[in-house]
Amino acid sequence: MITSYTELTADHIGVLRELGNIGAGNAATSLSVLLDEDVLISLPVVRIEDYDAVVTSVGGPEELAVSVLLNFSGEANGVILFLLSMEDAKDIMNILGVVDEEYTSGLSETKISAVKEIGNILGSSYLGSIASLTGINIDVSIPYIAIDMIGAILAAPVVQFGAEDSKVLYIEEVFSTGQRKLNGHVIMFTDVYSLKEILGRLGLEL
Amino acid sequence: MSDAIVIGISDYNTSRSPNILVTYALGSCVGISLYDDHTKIGGMSHIMLPDSSMIKDSANVDRMRFADTAIADLVDAMVILGADRNRITAKIAGGANMFAMGGDSVIARIGDRNVESVKAQLNSLGIPLLAEDTGADFGRTVFFELETGKIRVQSLGKNVREL
Repeated sequence: MITSYTELTADHIGVLRELGNIGAGNAATSLSVLLDEDVLISLPVVRIEDYDAVVTSVGGPEELAVSVLLNFSGEANGVILFLLSMEDAKDIMNILGVVDEEYTSGLSETKISAVKEIGNILGSSYLGSIASLTGINIDVSIPYIAIDMIGAILAAPVVQFGAEDSKVLYIEEVFSTGQRKLNGHVIMFTDVYSLKEILGRLGLEL
Repeated sequence: MSDAIVIGISDYNTSRSPNILVTYALGSCVGISLYDDHTKIGGMSHIMLPDSSMIKDSANVDRMRFADTAIADLVDAMVILGADRNRITAKIAGGANMFAMGGDSVIARIGDRNVESVKAQLNSLGIPLLAEDTGADFGRTVFFELETGKIRVQSLGKNVREL
């Protein structure tokens, strides 16, 4: 049995990539229905990296980001994080017709709730498809939002898994919409135990 | 000329006046700034987790990642550079709950636990804590000026705090 991510084989990574693809594909469909626009997803990337590399992979550490986080627990544990730039978060609000008093810098309470709900829908459809594919039972938390420096945001999921391993595993996809050039990241973090459980259900021994 | 020395996550470094030590985007992590005002030697640590005993494989602990190991090592590194252990004082920043979560989940509690562990460690090393900007739900970048021993804490959309 493996105890560290670095022992994962190319086959394991391939299956995780496919899981990410299915999860993100479902999430993209949900987003597409919400926005009434085609949503494209990138090929998923499975990364096993040091903490520093994770925090700087999406942008500079001090860059402003809008993020929604969902915890999942049960037969597998982890975090789904949805990341957007402030500009794209505002654009999505305009598409959805969430209009209220103008904020020049941040998002109003109404818009914060709307972004949270989008993150909730995306994360739930991502996790729902993985759960039904693998038959794994997971509970998903309510959505949590943070609008802050990207480095400070990304440290939150990283610390959850930072104690056991010197590396962090995550599966990442980039969403984009054709007409409006929006793009966001969906990142799933999980631990070695949960990976073993997920891959085991798909017939791969770890 | 002063240089800015950047401290990454799970990292520490030391320097002397007139240099500046910087650590970016602390969330639940804590930035610890240690200073000897006589020699103007300082050290900064960016810890991620409270306690290295969480790690089962104790031979392979990354000592810079944990409050209980990093602070003691940083003090030693400052002493090697010429600081007097008995003159070292501390200022700390970070330990936020970025997603303002309630409950007892790891993510909700980790900022508080980091701050508690840093304080306990400083206390056991006999290092006075002069100032702190900790907790709440926002990120922080810390600039530590070794000429003055002051730290400047920056957060998005907030005034800079000088401690």
